[in-house]
Amino acid sequence: MRKKLGSYIGEYKINTILAPAFMLGEVAMDVLIPYLMSFLINNGLQKGNFDYVLRVGGLMLIMTVLGLTFGSLSGVHAAIASTGLAKNLRKAMFFTIQRFSFENIDRFSSSSLITRLTTDVNNVQNSFQMMIRMLVRAPLMMIFALIMSFVLNARLACIFLVTIPIMAMVMAFVIFRAHKYFKQMFEEYDHLNNDVQENLLNIRTVKAYVREPHEIKKFEAISEKLVHLSKAAEKLIILPTPVMTMLVFGIIIADGLLGGRFIVAGQMKLGDLTTLFTYAVQVMMSFMMITMVLVMIVMSVASGERIVEVLNEEPTITNKEKAITEVKDGSIVFDHVDFAYGSDKDKKVLTDIQLTIEAGETVGIIGGTGSSKSTLVQLIPRLYDVTAGRVLVGGTDVRDLDIHTLRDNVSMVLQKNELFSGTIMKNMRWGDEHATDEEVIKACKLAQADEFVSTFDKQYETYIEQGGNNVSGGQKQRLCIARALLKKPKILILDDSTSAVDMRTDALIREAFANEIPNTTKIIIAQRISSVQDADKIVVLDEGRIVGVGKHDALYANNRIYREVYDSQMKGGDDDAA
Amino acid sequence: MPPRPRAMGPRPKMEKGRMKEVFFRLMRYITRVYRLQFVIVMISIVLVAIGTAYGTGLLRNLIDEGIAPQIGASHPDFTRLYEVCGVMAGVYTAVALLQWLLNRLMINITQGTLQTIRNEMMRTMQKFPLRYFDTNSNGDIMSRYTNDTDTLRQMISQGLPNVVSSLLSIVVVFVSMLRLSWQLTVIVLAFLGLIIYMGKFLGGRSSRYYVKQQDSVGKVNGYIEEMLSGQKVVKVFNHEATCEEEFTKLNEELFENASKAGMFANIMMPIMAQMSNFLYFFVAVAGAALIIKGIIPITLGVLIAFLQYTKNFTNPITQVSQQISGVVMALAGADRIFKLLDEKPEVDEGTVTLVNVEEQPDGSLKEVNQRTEKWAFKKPLPDGGSTLVRLRGHVEFHNVEFGYNDEKTVLKDLSLYAKPGQKIAFVGHTGAGKTTITNLINRFYDVQEGEITYDGINVKDIKKDDLRRSLGIVLQDTHLFTGTIRENIRYGRLDATDAEVEAAAKLANADHFIRHLENGYDTVITGDGGMLSQGQRQLLSIARAAVADPPVLILDEATSSIDTRTESIVQEGMDRLMNGRTVFVIAHRLSTVRNAKAILYLENGVVKERGEHKELLGLRGKYYQLYTGAFELE
Repeated sequence: MRKKLGSYIGEYKINTILAPAFMLGEVAMDVLIPYLMSFLINNGLQKGNFDYVLRVGGLMLIMTVLGLTFGSLSGVHAAIASTGLAKNLRKAMFFTIQRFSFENIDRFSSSSLITRLTTDVNNVQNSFQMMIRMLVRAPLMMIFALIMSFVLNARLACIFLVTIPIMAMVMAFVIFRAHKYFKQMFEEYDHLNNDVQENLLNIRTVKAYVREPHEIKKFEAISEKLVHLSKAAEKLIILPTPVMTMLVFGIIIADGLLGGRFIVAGQMKLGDLTTLFTYAVQVMMSFMMITMVLVMIVMSVASGERIVEVLNEEPTITNKEKAITEVKDGSIVFDHVDFAYGSDKDKKVLTDIQLTIEAGETVGIIGGTGSSKSTLVQLIPRLYDVTAGRVLVGGTDVRDLDIHTLRDNVSMVLQKNELFSGTIMKNMRWGDEHATDEEVIKACKLAQADEFVSTFDKQYETYIEQGGNNVSGGQKQRLCIARALLKKPKILILDDSTSAVDMRTDALIREAFANEIPNTTKIIIAQRISSVQDADKIVVLDEGRIVGVGKHDALYANNRIYREVYDSQMKGGDDDAA
Repeated sequence: MPPRPRAMGPRPKMEKGRMKEVFFRLMRYITRVYRLQFVIVMISIVLVAIGTAYGTGLLRNLIDEGIAPQIGASHPDFTRLYEVCGVMAGVYTAVALLQWLLNRLMINITQGTLQTIRNEMMRTMQKFPLRYFDTNSNGDIMSRYTNDTDTLRQMISQGLPNVVSSLLSIVVVFVSMLRLSWQLTVIVLAFLGLIIYMGKFLGGRSSRYYVKQQDSVGKVNGYIEEMLSGQKVVKVFNHEATCEEEFTKLNEELFENASKAGMFANIMMPIMAQMSNFLYFFVAVAGAALIIKGIIPITLGVLIAFLQYTKNFTNPITQVSQQISGVVMALAGADRIFKLLDEKPEVDEGTVTLVNVEEQPDGSLKEVNQRTEKWAFKKPLPDGGSTLVRLRGHVEFHNVEFGYNDEKTVLKDLSLYAKPGQKIAFVGHTGAGKTTITNLINRFYDVQEGEITYDGINVKDIKKDDLRRSLGIVLQDTHLFTGTIRENIRYGRLDATDAEVEAAAKLANADHFIRHLENGYDTVITGDGGMLSQGQRQLLSIARAAVADPPVLILDEATSSIDTRTESIVQEGMDRLMNGRTVFVIAHRLSTVRNAKAILYLENGVVKERGEHKELLGLRGKYYQLYTGAFELE
C-alpha cells in the first residue's frame, strides 16, 4: 500500500526529498546551538572573556538565522509535497472512477467513494506531511542529541541506555494497542453519525409511530459505547507524557548527582552539565513526538487502504482492441441473454432473453416490481455485460463496439436521473456540447419542457440547484428526456422516465417522438399502460423472463399478466372513455 | 491526542458578544456533573505549573549550592547536592503523577460532557416540531453532532487545560524571572513584543490562506459529491472527459490554496522556535556582558537558571497563540449546539389518551390493557374521573386555514369530513394541499385558524403521542433504518412476534421478495436500503404499517413506485386489514384511489369536487379532466 501511494508523489518528488533535507539542517542548528552555549558558558562567561562570548554569540546568531531558514524551507516543501500528493491522489481516484462500469460503482456506493476522495485523502495528506517532517525531525533530533551527549560526556550519556529502552517499551505498547482502540472508536463514530442521519431522514416515521423514546434509547446506547471506547483509547494516549516527564527528570537528577562529582573532581566542566540537561529534554521529547506521530500514521493506514482499493479496482467493462467505431442502425437483438448481478451466476435476474427490435420501432416494456425491466435495457448501452448470450446493436455485438460510440448512439434516460448544478442550457448541452440554442430549444419542445422553461424568469439561463431540487419531479423528467434527445441517438431508451408527468403531457411527448424522430428506435419502460399501449411491440417481463411480445390487442387477448395490468389501471376509466 | 477524521467545510462564525455567554454556559455544563473533578484538575494544573517552575529553579541550587562551592575542595561535601537532588526527585515525581491525574480526569470530563451534550441534543431534537426539520437542512443539523461536537472535544480536552496552564506558566515564570533579575526580565519583555508581532503577522497571513483553502475544499467536495452521485448519468452521456477536465481545474485551485495555507502554517513553527533561540542568545550575551562588566549583581548560576526560564517563557506563549483560534472555533461550534438545544419543542397541551377497550354486553365500553380490535379516547373529567369515547375515525375539518409560512396560505377556509370506516381519497395537482391535510390530522403541523376534530374531540386536546399512535401513516419517500428487514417491519409495533411480522409482510405482498433475499427476513439493510428498489421499500413500509395495525391509516402516495398489478394485490390486503376503519389515501394514480368510498378533488387548498369515482367522472369536471386527459387526446 505504501508503495502504491508513494507512486503518486509524482512531480513533487523533489519537494519530498527537500523537505526532510532542510529539516536535517534545522535539526543540526537546533542541536549545535546548545552545544555552542556550553562553550559560551565554559570559556566565555566563566573566564570573564567577553570577546569570546561575543564571538561565539555571533556564531550562534548566524546559526539561528540558518535554522530559521532551513526550518521554513522544510515547511514550505513539506506543504507542497503533501498537498501535491493529495492532489494527485484525488485526481487519480477521480479519473479511475470515471473508468468504472456500473458494476464497479455498485460495488463501492457513491457515499463511500465520496468519503474516500475527501476525508481519506485528507488523512493521508496529514500523515504524509508528518512523515516527511516530524518523523524526520524527531529521530534526527534524538540521534544528534544522543551523539552530542556522548561527545560531551560519554559516562553520563550512558544513562540514556537505561531510559531509552523504558520509553521504547511504553511507546511500543501504546502504538500497538492504539490501532485497535482507535479503529473501534472510529467505527462507533460512524454508527453514531449514521444513527443521527437516519433519524433526520426518518423523522416523519419516527414521529408517526411515536418512536422518539425508542430512538433516544438507541442513540444513548451508541453514545455510551462511543464514550467507553473513546475513554479506553485516550487513556492509552495519556500514558507517555507522565512517563516521559519522570524519565527526563530522572536523567537530570542522575546527571546532577554524577556530574556534580565529576565537576568537583575536575573531570568535567560546569557548562557541560547544563548542556546535558538540554539534550536530555531533547532526546525524550523527540521520543514522545515519534510516539504521537506513529499513532497518527497508524490511524491513517485504514484511509490509505481505502484509497488503494479504489485505485486498484479494475473497470469491469473496457474497450476491446480495434473496437468498431460505427453503429450501423438502431436495430437491437437479444440473443439468448442471461444476466446476473455480481459473481453469483446462479442468481439470474434475466433468463434466456430472445428479442429482436427493428430500427425505428417503438417498443414498450411492461412488468411488475422486480421483473428486471431496467436491467434488460441497461445491457443495450453496455452499462453491464451479459452473463451469457449476446446483445447486438446495429448487427454488432456491443462488446465489439467502441463504448464511446455505442453510448453516443444509444441515449438512455435512467430511472434515477440527475440534473447537475448549472443553468438549464448547460445541463442540456451534456447531450451535445456543440448544440446551438435553437437545437436545445427544439429538443425541449419535443420533450414538452419548453412550455414550462419559458415561464421561468431567466428561461434557459435558470440555474438548476444540485440534484435539480428547484424543479418539480415531472419537470425534471422532461428536462432529462430533452437532454437525451440532444444526442440525436439511433436508439432512445426511457426507463420509467415519465412517471411524474401527467398523462396528457406524456401522450404529447410520445406523439412528438412519433412525428419528429420516426427513425430513432424508441424503448419505453413504464408503469402506466397508456404510455406503451400504442407501441409497435410490447414486451411483457415477469421475473426476468419474457412472457409475451406483441401488439396491445393481441396481448390483451392472450396474455394474462398484460391483461391484469391493463385492467388494474383502466377498468374505471375505460367504462367511461369507451 | 490525534485528531479524528472530520468533514471539511467552512468554519462556523459567531458574533463576539455571544462568546462570553457561550463560554460560561459551556463551563456550567462541565462543572454541573464534574465539579469536583474539574476543581481537582484546576488545582493540578496550578501545582504542575508551580512544580515545573520550582523544579527548574532547583537547577540553580544544584549548581550554585551543590556543585560550585565544592569545586577544588580536597574533601568535597556533597550533602547539599544530595539534598537538592532529593527535593528535585520529590517535586518531579509529584509533577508527573499530577500530570497523569489531570489528563486522566480530563478524559472523564471531556467524554462525559460530550456525552451529556450529545444525548441532550438527541433528546431535545426528538421533541422538535416537524417544522424544524423541514426548515433546516439535514447537513446543517448533522454538523452539530459531528464538526461542532468535535471542535468542542478538542477545546475541552486540550484547549482549555493548555490555555490555563500556559497562562499560569507565563505568570509563574515571569514572577520567577523578576525575582532572579528584573534587568534581564526587561530584555525578555522587549523581545516578547517582537514575537507577538511576528505571530500576529504570520497568523493573519495564514488565516487568509486558510479561508481560501476552505473555500476550495468546499468547491472540490461539492463537485465530487455531485458528480459521484450522478456517476451513472455521467457514464450514459459519455461525459467522463469533461468531468475530468472540470475536476482537474478545481483540484489544481485547491492545491494552490492548500499548499500556500500549509506553507504559512509550517513556517510558523520554525519561526517561533527560532525566536526563542534568539531570545536565549540575547539573554546569554546581554547577561554575560552585564555580569562581566559587573553592572548587575548576579551569579553565573542565576544567569543559567534565567536562561532556562526564557525557554519556559516562550513555549507557553506560542501555545496560547496556537490555542486561541481553536478555542474561538470551538465556541462558535458550542454556540450552534446551544442554539439547537434552545429550540422550542413541540407544544402538547392534550389530555385525552388512547386506550384499548372491550364492549360490554350492555353496549358500554370498558378499558382493558391487552390489545383488542377496539379503541377509545379517554377524556379526563373535571371531577378527576374520565369518560370513554369510542374511536370511529370520524375526522372533520372546520374552516381550517393553514400556511407553512406567513407569505403563502396553503389551505383556505377548508372544511371537509371523513365518515367513520370509509376509505377517503385526496387527489389533485402537486401543491394542492393533499399532504398538508394529513400533516394537520396527526399534528405534524398545527392549524392557524379553525379546528380539526377526531370523533368530536379537537385534535389539540388529544395527547400528541396518543393521537399519532391512533394514526398509521405510510409515506411516499420510504427511508429504512440500519438493521434487519424484520426489525424494520417491527418498527410499527415493537412487541410484534416474528409470525406477526411475517403475516404483515405477506399482507403487503413483500414476503415473496424478502424470501428471495440472501438472508430472508434477517437480511441486514445498510445505507438506507440502497439494494432495494423504491417499490420494494414501499412494500416494506406498508408492512410496517400493517404490523402496527392502527385504528386509522394514512397512505400518502404509498404505492407510487409499485406496479399497478402488485398494487391491487396490496390494496386488497390492506382493505381487509382496515375493514371498518377509516383510511386516507393520497395519490395521483387513478388505480390507487378508484375504489375509495369518497374522492376529494383538491385545488389550491379547497375541495372542488367530492364523490365516488363514477360520480365524479359523471360530473365531467376537474377530476374527469385530470384522469382522462389522455383519452381526450385520442
